[in-house]
Amino acid sequence: MKPAISVLLLTTLIGAGQGLFLAYYSAEWLLLLNILPATQGDYGGEAAGLSFLLLAAGLAASFFHLGHPQRAWRAAAMWRTSWLSREVIALPVAMALILAYALMKLTQNDPVVFSLGSGIPLTLSMLAGFGAVLAVATLFVCTAMIYACLKFLRQWHSPLTVLNFLLMGCASGFTLATALAALSEDTRFDYFSGMAIMLTLAALLSRYASLSRNRRLRSPSSLQSAIGVHHPRIRQLAQGAMGGSFNTRAFIHGYGAALLRLVRRGFILLAFVAPVVLLLAAHPATPSIFVIAFALQYLGLLAERWYFFIEAEHPQNIYYQMIS
Amino acid sequence: MTQLALVIDLNTCVGCHACVTSCKEWNTSGEAGPMVDRNPYGAEPTGTFFNRVQSFEVGEFPHTQTVHFPKSCLHCEDPPCVPVCPTGASYKRPEDGIVLVDYDKCIGCEYCSWACPYGAREIDEQQKVMKKCTLCVDRIYDESLPEQERKPVCVLSCPTSARIYGDIHDPESEAARAINESGGYQLMPEWSTSPANHYLPRRKVNIAIHEEDLQRADNPLRKEDRGPRAPTTRTTLDDSTSW
Repeated sequence: MKPAISVLLLTTLIGAGQGLFLAYYSAEWLLLLNILPATQGDYGGEAAGLSFLLLAAGLAASFFHLGHPQRAWRAAAMWRTSWLSREVIALPVAMALILAYALMKLTQNDPVVFSLGSGIPLTLSMLAGFGAVLAVATLFVCTAMIYACLKFLRQWHSPLTVLNFLLMGCASGFTLATALAALSEDTRFDYFSGMAIMLTLAALLSRYASLSRNRRLRSPSSLQSAIGVHHPRIRQLAQGAMGGSFNTRAFIHGYGAALLRLVRRGFILLAFVAPVVLLLAAHPATPSIFVIAFALQYLGLLAERWYFFIEAEHPQNIYYQMIS
Repeated sequence: MTQLALVIDLNTCVGCHACVTSCKEWNTSGEAGPMVDRNPYGAEPTGTFFNRVQSFEVGEFPHTQTVHFPKSCLHCEDPPCVPVCPTGASYKRPEDGIVLVDYDKCIGCEYCSWACPYGAREIDEQQKVMKKCTLCVDRIYDESLPEQERKPVCVLSCPTSARIYGDIHDPESEAARAINESGGYQLMPEWSTSPANHYLPRRKVNIAIHEEDLQRADNPLRKEDRGPRAPTTRTTLDDSTSW
């Protein structure tokens, strides 16, 4: 498959945005339950605002993928059958709830709704945040299932796709949270950076599993089954178009094996190895290192998503082996 | 339930592309708007087509055969492109099984083309909507046409009658008979999309030629015996004419 830039931006931006929200929201719960020490300045509202902006930027990028962006609202219609339609619903719902959470935090207009058994006050923003967590989880599944549900694209058709999207989104979000905590001298820094390291390593493991799975895949389709002629030697003479067609432009990437190897090694280094090394080595007193860690990881994840598209071999390519 | 479809005989297709050009002509002139081209007369011509003929060489020289393979939407009975469409623009008609795209609802997200293992869908670069074979849905029900012309235009234009059109669920139809009696098969059956369009395989045709057939032994007039006389020494007018 040929990578679509807008889709690369959409999936990586909303992944980081969702992870960032989960980082700050989970930290707030841990604070509430006295597992994390109290912090002097709470930037949860600002962080949720940034998460909202990342999701909005992803949504904006997705419009560039459409031939008719003005009809995008129609895409919510077929949620019963289409994962893309479900994503189109889950994304604005998550954005709205995260925005509500951020606004309540920022304006400090956050009434206590009720108290939990042991006297823990539960505010309206915490409830909105809980809804946002559900929406974010749904969004992760919907985004990944858009790819994982296509059974002909066997490299995508695996539960590992869903796990990868979830872990990579959370990893980049927690790395961003680490950078924000370092910038704002937040005491939750250790929680964020520890989680970022663990999630990044888990994402590396899961992505490596899918890479080795894909290496072993063999297509059940062949030129023989594609045209129904059962002879071991078939050669294409003409594909019915001289200057290429949508089929050759959209599905055949034409990049060499050397470049793909370079990108594969590059994204493993940038998205997984470099952030973990920087997170382990740097001291919270130097916040710029963490901003660099996030920037490297984001670039790495963009390359990872590019490679994710390249990896998927569409069976229709069998019909387009030679131009003449 | 009716399932209209094409049955394409690879044994008789000669690869003349008449179905390709007539398909383009009919569908580009229709009310759905043009199927646009880029560089139509330039070095790298490309454009939207609902139907293409590909050619394959089977075997090893000198024992080869050229197989011409017309390729269009197969109107799957379980079309994978339909459930993935987020807007419902892509749909399968329950009454006749034709898979269609509503160009007014299509947002051009290309997701359906990812879901089609055959690569039967193409985005129109000018109109930015997904297009594909409609089985000439604007012809086959048109009562202003004579009844024998209410067929997809590729079927009408095929000079070797390699394309058969009909309801494959009606065992008495020409299409269903061709499938059942001539070994009709589906493309890429491993994906269980159950394509409605079928293909008829190449068949070996042997003709026994007997000596007496060449000698016209059964000719009652024995015209061979009354041929021109042996040439004389001079050239005559008779030499330049034949009887």
